[in-house]
Amino acid sequence: MLIECDNLSVHIGKKSILKDISFSISPKEIVTILGPNGSGKTTLFKTLIGAITPTSGILTKKYRLRIGYVPQRLHIDETLPMTVRRFMNLPSGHSKKTVADALAHAGVPELDKQQIIDLSGGQFQRVLLARALLGNPDLLLLDEATQGLDHRGSADFYRQIASVRKNLGCAILMISHELHVVMRQTDRVICLNGHICCQGEPEVVSDSPEYHALFGLDQESEAALYLHQGHHSHSHLKQVSNA
Amino acid sequence: MLDDFLVRAMLASVGVALAAAPLGCFVIWRRMAYFGDATAHAAVLGVALSLAFSLPIFVGVLAMCLIMAITVSSLSGRGFAMDTLLGVMAHSSLAIGLVAVSFLSGVRIDLMSYLFGDILAVGKSDLLLIWGGAATVLFLIIWRWSGLLLSTLNADLALASGFKPKQEQMILTIALAIVVAVAIKVVGVLLIAAMLIVPAATARAFSQTPETMAIVAAGIGAFCGLAGLQSSYYFDTPTGPTIVCVCALLFVITTIVARAYRVLTTGEKV
Repeated sequence: MLIECDNLSVHIGKKSILKDISFSISPKEIVTILGPNGSGKTTLFKTLIGAITPTSGILTKKYRLRIGYVPQRLHIDETLPMTVRRFMNLPSGHSKKTVADALAHAGVPELDKQQIIDLSGGQFQRVLLARALLGNPDLLLLDEATQGLDHRGSADFYRQIASVRKNLGCAILMISHELHVVMRQTDRVICLNGHICCQGEPEVVSDSPEYHALFGLDQESEAALYLHQGHHSHSHLKQVSNA
Repeated sequence: MLDDFLVRAMLASVGVALAAAPLGCFVIWRRMAYFGDATAHAAVLGVALSLAFSLPIFVGVLAMCLIMAITVSSLSGRGFAMDTLLGVMAHSSLAIGLVAVSFLSGVRIDLMSYLFGDILAVGKSDLLLIWGGAATVLFLIIWRWSGLLLSTLNADLALASGFKPKQEQMILTIALAIVVAVAIKVVGVLLIAAMLIVPAATARAFSQTPETMAIVAAGIGAFCGLAGLQSSYYFDTPTGPTIVCVCALLFVITTIVARAYRVLTTGEKV
């Protein structure tokens, strides 16, 4: 067991953000947290990394758990000069070759001398992932990591996630609101809306009434579209006409 | 050699610059400029308290700056915007300090020397204090460098890597209080913020990484200290303000040159 939440509740001020959250993550597992805006997804992540102290409940982490964290977005002040290479070596240094390999693997080779603030959103997201992987994490936390990426970009990103688990053997916990995209890569889905509505395998969750109540018809038709695509490789046009 | 007041002044200005400039980089990166200003203003109250209780100036100023910095840190995020809070605290403590000094009958103090510094009157013990303080600040910054940098970049990234951003913030706060307390003799309360910010801002144009920015800033600060001292000797002007004028001049020149260089090389619009 890498991390375990037992009846975790978080209040910010007087407002209850998370209530009675219980789940655990095993090594090499890929778990997706799904929830509408304001459902407490990011708060849950912040609690897991220790930025927020839970009001009640118990959070247990494996001794010396190494966490790789890829935030939703990262604002870097333009007064702070930072090359990609320097960022990759923060907090601990790696050899030039290790950094170059990590960047190449992330699909952004030869960026190492660029300033971080000059990167595009997609490039920066890949650099963030590459940096998180350099720390050789037990658990990778991805907070809406594909936000700002186009369809192709996010598909590439998730393919890379799958290969990360295969090659590095780390567990992955990610936040997403696109079940249809993550479905194939994830072992388990947790639907969050202040509390855990339902959890289980993606196919089970996407058929459950709780899931439909939470996301309404939009997501449902998108999910159906995705499943449909899964069987027909030439359904490109259909997707365009539906989009 | 140390018997010459000019040599002592040179060493004092270099000492302050070496500590203030790298710390100033963090002040800029974290957008704490006003925070530094407020801490410096509180120093006047510290001077008044030291005189009232016959304490060494350094002790009173350090204590007051720490109290100020910790109060602001803990009050922020409790219903007041940071800039409002700092505006209230900074100017109130300056005013209270000035009023408190006027109550101290029987003590003749030259208020101007605390507001604008009196570098030519730096003694051997002051020099020891300045270099001791500067070494402490540099040690703190170098020792905690990775944690400070990562916390500055993003608190959550730092937490995930096992650092404690609040602790790093506290280290910066303490370093800031030490710099103010040792720099009061050199540039005075009102101009300390300039020694923190202007060399670091100047260094930004030449820097690709945070480390080069901190080192270049220290170099620029030390150069401005020496050049300012020479200029004030030559033009017979007050030393602290002259040092800051040199810093400002260098900032303006490098900003224009860097801008012109970019326009010429990349064809960017002016």
